Amino acid sequence: MAKTIAEINEKIKKGKVAVVTAEEIIDLVQKKGIGKAARQIDIVTSATFGPMCSSGAYFNTGHSKPKIKLGGGRTYLNEVPVYTGLAAVDFFLGAAALPDNDPRNRVHPGEFKYGGGHVIEDLVAGKDVKLVASAYGTDCYPRKNLETWINIKDFNEAVLFNPRNAYQNYNVAVNLSNKVIYTYMGILQPRLGNANYCSAGQLSPLFNDPYYKTIGIGTRIFLGGGIGYIAWQGTQHNPDVPRTKKGVPRSGAGTIAVIGDLKKMSPEWLRGTTLTGYGVNLTVGIGLPIPILNEEIVQWTAVRDEEIYAQIIDYSDAYPKGKSDSLAEVNYAQLKSGKITIQGKGVPTASLSSYAKARKIAGILKNWINKGEFFLTEPVELLPSVDSGITFKSLRERKIR
Amino acid sequence: MAKRRLVLTFPPKLVEEPITYRLIKDYDLVVNILRAKISPEEEGRLMIELSGEKSALKRGVDYLNRLKVNIQPLARDIRWLEEKCTHCTVCVSLCPTEAIVVDRNSMKISFNKNKCIACGACIPACPYKAIEILF
Repeated sequence: MAKTIAEINEKIKKGKVAVVTAEEIIDLVQKKGIGKAARQIDIVTSATFGPMCSSGAYFNTGHSKPKIKLGGGRTYLNEVPVYTGLAAVDFFLGAAALPDNDPRNRVHPGEFKYGGGHVIEDLVAGKDVKLVASAYGTDCYPRKNLETWINIKDFNEAVLFNPRNAYQNYNVAVNLSNKVIYTYMGILQPRLGNANYCSAGQLSPLFNDPYYKTIGIGTRIFLGGGIGYIAWQGTQHNPDVPRTKKGVPRSGAGTIAVIGDLKKMSPEWLRGTTLTGYGVNLTVGIGLPIPILNEEIVQWTAVRDEEIYAQIIDYSDAYPKGKSDSLAEVNYAQLKSGKITIQGKGVPTASLSSYAKARKIAGILKNWINKGEFFLTEPVELLPSVDSGITFKSLRERKIR
Repeated sequence: MAKRRLVLTFPPKLVEEPITYRLIKDYDLVVNILRAKISPEEEGRLMIELSGEKSALKRGVDYLNRLKVNIQPLARDIRWLEEKCTHCTVCVSLCPTEAIVVDRNSMKISFNKNKCIACGACIPACPYKAIEILF
């Protein structure tokens, strides 16, 4: 009874496709069984909305008259420095970039009110941003300074390109020390005062296809409110981690690099993000359609929060020292209940990833497919899986003499 | 027992008036000071929780009005900017009074101003600056 992506696309075209979200499929499989669910359902939509490190965008400004070579000089958008070492008028804006004069953590915890992620949000919101550049001047690019307002419409290209997003599972962060700590996992109160997690669990894209049997280069996705594609496996992609019997990774595993037209995205789904005492970032909305090609895949998409485990890590000591000691393992149903027990102590939980927004994205993507506005793509190459030999290594430092 | 959370603003001439003392001694009210500040213009602001008998509370507030202390409900100084909130829930475990809670079905936040004591714990925790205390 195996289906193909081409057959599913034919159904989308005819308005006869059966789409459910990664939440809805859980009940459906329970009621109807795997065989029937696999026959009836064509696509399951998964989604996530959370702060995603390793995000950014590249731009081409077009040439000024006379021309300037930004490459090798310094360029800023709303005082946030961009990377110019590409060409004359191409640059890359990283979501974690900060203005040169931001006080950072000089008075700890730093506030980090504005940075690269916020510039991206302002641009997609249609706001003008200030482009300021200085260059060294060449015979063919004589100009040395540039100051102008610029709008997302003015760029020739504005492309979101995130080297690592949608982590398949993540740590639960706690603090065993006696003082408050400020981390990328939020503010952690001393002596196990709280526990923060960051995943949509059963709705999260890579939990619904744990071995990446349908996901790969060229997979079309919902990205930041527009259309995007998976460009590559994300950085730190680490498929070969301990997994449950059903194949669900018990800690951070797969990641995806994604790309898409920033001009067609929306500020609702790309949010500048402030993490007090840590820095800035971008919160990204991603929706991934999973084609139900066979029974094995539908079974994976029916994964429930109770079956997905994450490791509790101490961010006051183990994490900064690069030790991966886990204090305990909890599942996402426990995390979402608002309270877990660690070392006999009741600890309140909170999430950095918005489950409510992930649910909304899964619904939007489902709607796009039902209306015939979104078609699936056949990946050019699947993401490397557990047998690929790809691992996530620590840095081995070697002395420079 | 009745309870009110208020933000009091005093003009400079009242800065040295022992208002909390009077509220306790003369009006038999429990006074809990949540926040206090005196601005460079010597305007004083006091975020305060008053509790006591309903009639005592009314008389205490009348006393403040007679002194021409500006009185505002605390709720007006705290704002949850729902359009900025992503309902991530990261603030929830930091709120000591359960003024911010999550509906575990919708996984959405709601904010009960009347429970908020304006401690400010949620403010640095919010990645999207969706909560403001204007004090």
